[in-house]
Amino acid sequence: MAELTLVEAVNLALARALEIDPDVVVFGEDIGINGGVFRATLGLQARYGKERVMDTPLSETLIAGMAIGMAAQGLKPVAEIQFMGFIYPTLDQILSHAARLRNRTRGRLHCPMVLRAPYGGGIHAPEHHSESTEALFAHIPGLRVVIPSSPLRAYGLLLAAIFDPDPVIFLEPKRIYRMVKEAVADDGQALPLDVCFRLRDGSDVTLVTWGAMTHETLQAADRLAQEGISAEVIDVATIKPIDSATILESVAKTGRCVIVHEAARACGVGAEIAAQLAEHGLMSLYAPVQRVTGYDTIMPLFRLEQHYLPTSARIVTAAKRTLEAA
Amino acid sequence: MARADSFADGNSITPPPRQFGQARRVAHFEIKYLQYLNHLGEVAEELPEFAQERGQLLALYRAMVLTRTFDKKAIALQRTGKLGTYASSLGQEAAAVGVGAAMAKQDVLLPAYREYGAQFLRGVSMTEILLYWGGDERGMNYGAQAEDFPICVPIATHAPHAVGVAYAMKLRGQARVAVCALGDGATSKGDFYEAVNIAGAWQLPLVFIVNNNQWAISVSRAAQTRAETLAQKAIAAGIPGEQVDGNDVIAVRERVAQALDTARHGGGPRLIEALTYRMGDHTTADDASRYRPGDEVEQQRQYDPIARLHKYLARCGEWSQQQDDALYAECEAKVDAAVKDYLATPAVAPESMFDYLYEKLPVALRTQRESLSSQGESGNG
Repeated sequence: MAELTLVEAVNLALARALEIDPDVVVFGEDIGINGGVFRATLGLQARYGKERVMDTPLSETLIAGMAIGMAAQGLKPVAEIQFMGFIYPTLDQILSHAARLRNRTRGRLHCPMVLRAPYGGGIHAPEHHSESTEALFAHIPGLRVVIPSSPLRAYGLLLAAIFDPDPVIFLEPKRIYRMVKEAVADDGQALPLDVCFRLRDGSDVTLVTWGAMTHETLQAADRLAQEGISAEVIDVATIKPIDSATILESVAKTGRCVIVHEAARACGVGAEIAAQLAEHGLMSLYAPVQRVTGYDTIMPLFRLEQHYLPTSARIVTAAKRTLEAA
Repeated sequence: MARADSFADGNSITPPPRQFGQARRVAHFEIKYLQYLNHLGEVAEELPEFAQERGQLLALYRAMVLTRTFDKKAIALQRTGKLGTYASSLGQEAAAVGVGAAMAKQDVLLPAYREYGAQFLRGVSMTEILLYWGGDERGMNYGAQAEDFPICVPIATHAPHAVGVAYAMKLRGQARVAVCALGDGATSKGDFYEAVNIAGAWQLPLVFIVNNNQWAISVSRAAQTRAETLAQKAIAAGIPGEQVDGNDVIAVRERVAQALDTARHGGGPRLIEALTYRMGDHTTADDASRYRPGDEVEQQRQYDPIARLHKYLARCGEWSQQQDDALYAECEAKVDAAVKDYLATPAVAPESMFDYLYEKLPVALRTQRESLSSQGESGNG
């Protein structure tokens, strides 16, 4: 079994999907001979041909819109937006059409498409290359928003997204594209969507996160463990729709919750999780819910980005605060 | 399957040799305009083959009269509170009917919102269109038209969809064409340019119909762009663009059929600008007298597409007043029956708003659906 990085696992899942289903097509900017700017599509055009793996012009609206047309015809398009900072022209297509097509035609047409984009900060990238704006998509009914946090979950969740009959925004945390390697079996097995993954069992506090922040959160859990605090870590993975049952169940056990995300705080996905806890889990809480997030500022350019991004130290502090409260 | 090399890279263009001291013309274009019947119903150009057949012309005429009868009824329903806001196709019947008549059943139409004449010919029912403007999603679940897209309200956003549909057809080696109908206003949008551009680069089986009705709500054609024609916007993308008299159903039918034939046989896309006129308000929520001179509308009446074909048919001695009266009565009856069906359509269950969001309702939404169910008649509490 090969030891793969997250981006290699993305590549493997794309290859597997192209291999097993002739309806799968992969396209985007520089994804052909160049293999994508992060090499997520490396070698796919050579193996599966220019008809099924094609470079598009610099036309993000077109990339999302043509995926909708293809999907309505029964193809399974997997489109890449080069960076999340360039995804915004697609919002109109995703919100006005992809997410609505099944509903507005009462199921006559539907939209089994995937829009992939690398996202998040911490790689010293130029302006517009570091934001985490997943909440924009998580607000849209009819959509799924899926974020892997490890090579195994990248492989399994991407396959699930590709073969899901509804549109999926698949956001890849690029800071951890090559951070760790993991044994990934190319068995074509999808992981379930719409469910959280419990990464670590604990009894004192629940740490809820997704994407690249999973790593800081697991580090924080290690540090807390050294101080005798048992933290449970949940990777939300599908942030739309959210599996709040798993989170509520964990908080019912621990009585404390810290939500960690890279994105700005106000109206972030963490706010939705905190609201769910307030509505359905208030009585099991020993302490107010804490959020460790990016600030409600413009994501700074890279000289200051480490000050913006949540750290394991900030997570530890927040967790301790929940323990001090009761 | 289509051959891989038919998806051209477009990198075979060699630059012209460099010359100094004199400018060379490196590109040039012209836009042709075609009309068969002039506004007096006289033959301006030798009629194409199909138009020699009385039956074919009568079918076009019937379809236009039905569309207009429907349109008038829809406006009346809106005025009496039985329909929501409605976008009229008055004056643009030829531009839609010509498209619908030229298309093959297996083609896919991606309409904007004044293409009823084309949609009816493709099996969309009048009841469905009424349901749509009557605020009911079931009006987009076309019972007799599985693959056509529903009406697209956000301007030009369906042009990229047409690219995807055409790409799927080409990838699968099918002899099918996607037809995207847009208005003049749509040609100012990036979605349109992005779609036209790639249709050229990939030589897709895709025909764009620009229904130039001269007005984008209150912004006139002249104020929208300095371009002499909208058709020439296709030239920049390397695909043929042309104009037809959009009020001459023969010209629309003929040129669209030609474009479809080319596209169907691997000859690539085309853009047809149909010159027509929006005789009515933008929608029933609009009052065009606020921005449009009344004499302009009066002036345009002489170009009416239905009167024109009627004059021709009458002049040929092939259509009597009695026949015309009978046709109008027949269309009224059809429309009345559709209205009756529309008004008698059983109410939709409120929970249906959850039932087509995803193939399977996510667990996270079950409580909300149950909550709606428990509201009963009282609405969202």
